[in-house]
Amino acid sequence: MNTIALTCTDITVDFDGFKAVNGVDLELARGEVHFLIGPNGAGKTTLVDAITGLTPYTGSVTKDTPGTGAVELRGKKVHHIARTGIGRTFQTATVFDNLTVAQNLDIAAGAHRTPWTLLRRRRHLPETVTATMDRIGLTGHADTPAGILAHGQKQWLEIGMLLVGDADVLLLDEPIAGMGHDERETTGRLLHDIAADRAVAVVEHDMDFMRAFASRVTVLHAGAVLATGSVDDVSTDPRVQAVYLGTKETADAHTA
Amino acid sequence: MDLLVGQLFTGLSTGSILLLAALGLSLTFGQMGVINMAHGEFIMAGCYTAYVVQQIAGDAGVSLLIALPLGFAVGGAMGLVLEALLIRHLYHRPLDTLLVTFGVGLILQQVARDVFGAPAVNVSVPPALRGGVDLLGVTVPKTRLFIMGLAIVAVTAVALVLRFTPAGRRIRAVVGNRDLAETAGISSRAVDAGTFFIGSGLAGVAGVALTLIGSTSPTTGQSYLVDAFLVVVAGGLGRIKGAVVAAVALGATQAVFETYSTASLAKVGVFIVIVVFLQLRPQGLFTLRTRSLA
Amino acid sequence: MNRFFASRPGTWAGFAAAAAVLFGLAPLVLSGFRLGLLAQFLCYAIVAVGIGLAWGRGGMLTLGQGVFFGMGAYLMAMHLKMADAAFRNGPGAVPDFMELAGIRELPAYWAPFASPVFTIAAILLLPTGFAVLLGLAVFKRRVKGAYFAILSQALAGAFAILLIGQQSLGGFNGLSRFRYFFGYNLDDPVNQQMLYYIAAGVLLAAVAIALQLRRSRYGELLLAVRDAEARVRFLGYDAANIKTVAYATAALFASVAGAVFVPIVGIISPASIGIVPSIMFLLGVAIGGRATLLGPVLGALAVYWAQTTLSEQFPSGWVYAQGLLFVLVIALLPGGIASITALAKRIPTKRAPAEAAA
Repeated sequence: MNTIALTCTDITVDFDGFKAVNGVDLELARGEVHFLIGPNGAGKTTLVDAITGLTPYTGSVTKDTPGTGAVELRGKKVHHIARTGIGRTFQTATVFDNLTVAQNLDIAAGAHRTPWTLLRRRRHLPETVTATMDRIGLTGHADTPAGILAHGQKQWLEIGMLLVGDADVLLLDEPIAGMGHDERETTGRLLHDIAADRAVAVVEHDMDFMRAFASRVTVLHAGAVLATGSVDDVSTDPRVQAVYLGTKETADAHTA
Repeated sequence: MDLLVGQLFTGLSTGSILLLAALGLSLTFGQMGVINMAHGEFIMAGCYTAYVVQQIAGDAGVSLLIALPLGFAVGGAMGLVLEALLIRHLYHRPLDTLLVTFGVGLILQQVARDVFGAPAVNVSVPPALRGGVDLLGVTVPKTRLFIMGLAIVAVTAVALVLRFTPAGRRIRAVVGNRDLAETAGISSRAVDAGTFFIGSGLAGVAGVALTLIGSTSPTTGQSYLVDAFLVVVAGGLGRIKGAVVAAVALGATQAVFETYSTASLAKVGVFIVIVVFLQLRPQGLFTLRTRSLA
Repeated sequence: MNRFFASRPGTWAGFAAAAAVLFGLAPLVLSGFRLGLLAQFLCYAIVAVGIGLAWGRGGMLTLGQGVFFGMGAYLMAMHLKMADAAFRNGPGAVPDFMELAGIRELPAYWAPFASPVFTIAAILLLPTGFAVLLGLAVFKRRVKGAYFAILSQALAGAFAILLIGQQSLGGFNGLSRFRYFFGYNLDDPVNQQMLYYIAAGVLLAAVAIALQLRRSRYGELLLAVRDAEARVRFLGYDAANIKTVAYATAALFASVAGAVFVPIVGIISPASIGIVPSIMFLLGVAIGGRATLLGPVLGALAVYWAQTTLSEQFPSGWVYAQGLLFVLVIALLPGGIASITALAKRIPTKRAPAEAAA
């Protein structure tokens, strides 16, 4: 049951005449790990910025939530969009360095808390927080300040923060940047695990990682969609090959 | 008609004073992101430079001509020292820079108090700039016209330097992308020092000019500083033309408020106008729009 | 010190010890004059608690706390002047300074301040409400960092100039010469001591409120906003509301401090609430440790004590010292004295807020 969770229609982002994103259509389905790839400057991150309300755009983004129906996201504030269940990570993992892992997750779980709850002390950790810590493998680090976590652990923590926040559309910007081989494998499996009942979009440069874990791929080039389909569809597309000539080397360089 | 011309002129005149005080800031704060609270004291140093030169040279006209470049040198030198000793080490802590330079400003004020005394001193205006000129039925003081002219010259010079000289291109490159400029072989350290020199030098020039319309005391610079910062904030960081438009607009706003109420209410009025304006354009009049987080 | 406060018995013991010193020891060992000075410093310390919350924990460099301090002070001073006038010439009489300035009619906005209840309500609500409005206006538009600092500073400047222009608020000279405080004669040493107790009580209450805010989930959230505001917004929180709460709390503390300050010191004028005094509020906070609970309190007490002791003997030297302290503490020891122990133990704590470029 791969229902569509997020629909982007004709998204255009204009930076003073430069169209960073130009007429992009995109659908994200539940149950899929959907990779957004493309050369530098293709507009991948700008597209994520637009969807999450950071950058103004023209076109339409609608979020489909079971039970509540479709909601238009364009024009909403960042935190309102987040509350509809759209979560994002950043190219450099952004967590609260001075707070512990548990505190990070507790904050992420509490966007709906009343002021009264906020003004009191936390007596015990919510169950979702402990469960998620387990899922992202950070239970042993519950009381570690996030600032001293390893690079990969920070990325996992950031993904975990989206999970406890009940996001069902996850937009992850280079989630394996700087990770070693084992960590990438773990991350890939984690992505598929969480995509079971969510839509996951991954902005990535790493082609091997994409081939191993993508359910679907969209290739962006110069702000526009070049191709969409399965890994095989996309990698045999001649236009993609033209853009990605020599991609193998770049990907290897990236890995090393 | 006369009232309108009079107001227009007052607005332009106040605006040009603001602009002179703010121009250096739009380089150091606008281009480099450094909040230098001692900028006001650099202006004050320019004022005292004019005073000292006149004590020595005697003739008001000659001393003004000497004081203008000398004021630039004094302000610029102070800026260089401050940049090298403190600001260079605090680029990643903009708010702390604000407080550190406030401390520097306190010290400089006290130095002025100890050297020149707390009471205000006066610099006499050259005979050629005394009196007024009739302009569209309004008598306009020549000193004000001179300051307007100086502001125009200073803005033009800064704009030309930024646009056409190699040094200016380097400054713009570093502002645009510090890391990229470094890779291109530009020493961002030298550029920062250079930018700070020019910005602080302009404060010195502003100080010399301000002695034509007011007396000088150790706190002279401080009184211009907040308004100058507001000009840069309202104008938008990184844009000289923003500072120009904002200075004239704030000058006009103040002039209008002063006509219909008191000078003290005008200050409050200007503050409210800016808060409301930032509701509409939080990043100021002109912005360099780039892809960035938040 | 903060670790000590982390435990519940530690908290109670800490408050008990502080209360014992403030209410028991200090009145015993200090002369009436010195106790009056301490009361004055306690008022500054109350302001500092608020700044520690907004700046140290919330990352909002508020350079305009003089505005809220001044609001509280002037509101209280208006009531005291009204009460004095009523005592001498009957209800609704014109305060003495207005008679001297030639104002015969009581301005309409003064009239309600004859009521003590109205005055206290105004002290609690007006500056706080103003801070909420300003905070929402500014933070909702994501004006922050240097922009916010400059705006808050401009506010202090505008407020001081506005007051100087108001003859019906004493203009440049401000309001002074108060005889009674809610019916108590201010010349009586016993009543002066009562004012000291009030200041001490308010300080303890402010510290208690700040402690609760810091320990609550809100406190963690505030720290999160300071360090990564964008992340907080993308988690579905309105960061502006979070910041506004801390800003308004700091305003409330400053206002109450100003209100207590007036009967203790006996004068409030634009000179003590403008741009420079507003920034001076920050010096003690920075020295003590901006992000800690008690650092701002101890820092403020130390700075104003030093100022009183040194500035008369060495007026010029004290200004140099102030300037140098700003330079040295902020540049070399951004965590304040409180960070020395942490540094000594080589515990990797990052106290200094990571400030996003404006």
